Amino acid sequence: MAFVTLSEAEKVYIVHGVQEDLRVDGRGCEDYRCVEVETDVVSNTSGSARVKLGHTDILVGVKAEMGTPKLEKPNEGYLEFFVDCSANATPEFEGRGGDDLGTEIANTLYRIFNNKSSIDLKSLCISPREHCWILYVDVLLLECGGNLFDAISIAVKAALFNTRIPRVRVLEDEEGLKDIELSDDPYDCIQLSVENVPCIVTLCKIGYRHVVDATLQEEACSLASLLVSVTSKGVVTCMRKVGKGSLDPESVFEMMETSKRVGKVLHTSLQSVLHKEESLGPKRQKVGFLG
Amino acid sequence: MAGLELLSDQGYRVDGRRAGELRKIQARMGVFAQADGSAYIEQGNTKALAVVYGPHEIRGSRARALPDRALVNCQYSSATFSTGERKRRPHGDRKSCEMGLQLRQTFEAAVLTQLHPRSQIDIYVQVLQADGGTYAACVNAATLAVLDAGIPMRDFVCACSAGFVDGTALADLSHVEEAAGGPQLALALLPSSGQIALLEMDARLHEDHLEQVLEAAAQAARDVHTLLDRVVRQHVQEASVLLGD
Repeated sequence: MAFVTLSEAEKVYIVHGVQEDLRVDGRGCEDYRCVEVETDVVSNTSGSARVKLGHTDILVGVKAEMGTPKLEKPNEGYLEFFVDCSANATPEFEGRGGDDLGTEIANTLYRIFNNKSSIDLKSLCISPREHCWILYVDVLLLECGGNLFDAISIAVKAALFNTRIPRVRVLEDEEGLKDIELSDDPYDCIQLSVENVPCIVTLCKIGYRHVVDATLQEEACSLASLLVSVTSKGVVTCMRKVGKGSLDPESVFEMMETSKRVGKVLHTSLQSVLHKEESLGPKRQKVGFLG
Repeated sequence: MAGLELLSDQGYRVDGRRAGELRKIQARMGVFAQADGSAYIEQGNTKALAVVYGPHEIRGSRARALPDRALVNCQYSSATFSTGERKRRPHGDRKSCEMGLQLRQTFEAAVLTQLHPRSQIDIYVQVLQADGGTYAACVNAATLAVLDAGIPMRDFVCACSAGFVDGTALADLSHVEEAAGGPQLALALLPSSGQIALLEMDARLHEDHLEQVLEAAAQAARDVHTLLDRVVRQHVQEASVLLGD
């Protein structure tokens, strides 16, 4: 993780402020920074999204490819995650330096999606045991300003919302050989339902209170954090404690309640923004990194 | 590609451009606040980001420090979703390492490294979407990023690719034109003096045609220079308005 060095005085200042529900930038303990989401940023992917959360910048590209289903789940397609911590974020990520963090984030993403309800994998199946769609979700970490997991999960949800998978038909000829036919119309696609895709809410324990959406400076002051993956209905799909310090069980329950509350609000605003962007249609002005 | 006409009889290319015409270039400096310098460029459908850290102390072994000038360190990385076929590894493969070395050679010629002895300048380039001319887009983005970081340079470094089809030199090749297998020339130029920082050519080209292709690439690079100059001036104007001058 990109580290920032703080003096003792700065740490004390942040900790005392949090106890009074006042953070350095004026937010309360449960407020997110201003989030900017834009989809369809990279055109040769099946779906893409860019999320800017304060100084954290994430770009996600989804590519749909045809492959064989896994042996234990012959009627379903699957998702593959790959996280690239680019050297843009900090020189420490040059070469293989960013691999550790990338693997940790990718494993967390696998875990939060590892349940039956997040994504309808059966809709990704083309013909059982032979062909299915594999969605390669590639996350590119461009700038690290704290609260990576939240930003990445928001970006993954937005990119999956933007994903358009071409409609295919399986034709069987007389000899029993199957042929896959792609529809002629490039806009004839299936869209995935992202109603149940979870988002991660990270809660950092600072002093006696916990904060949502910590900046790099606040993360340096916290000893322990709890990552909770919450769906739009408030269902928790995965929970993980990270950090060197320890948490007592009461804090854990309190943090879980906060995460469910904050998660539901996050989901409603994200859904409304994504639907509004989609309603602007293909003629909307794409800003990307130029804005 | 069989049956695909790279240059029609009326002189139009696959995407409707003329032989010497560049793709649309849009650029922005100062994209990321945490880096020392950053820039983003779009050349047609090719999108590249460049970030500069430095000059700072040498990271890793101090033995690599040069006593009279700065060390320029470049990394080229292209996102896994940047190409039509998904790439397995974003960087670390042979092509990316070679591109990194070429970028380093290009910028060592342009950056005034004598002003920062015993230090290191890191230039990291990320290709977000590759549609031909990735080396040129990376060099142009990196030039803007180095300028945004305030590192003194001898001159802009402007790059462009060129090819040769049916007796005509084409400037700024797209992916379709590169994949057709004809000769390709990549040129990085310091426009004011006309000095060449990097010149690379692939495939066979008759020596008689070399001058024509080189001139097409040089003219395209000078056109890129005009555009980049405008972007830099606009950025400085915006920054000075914010400072209240």
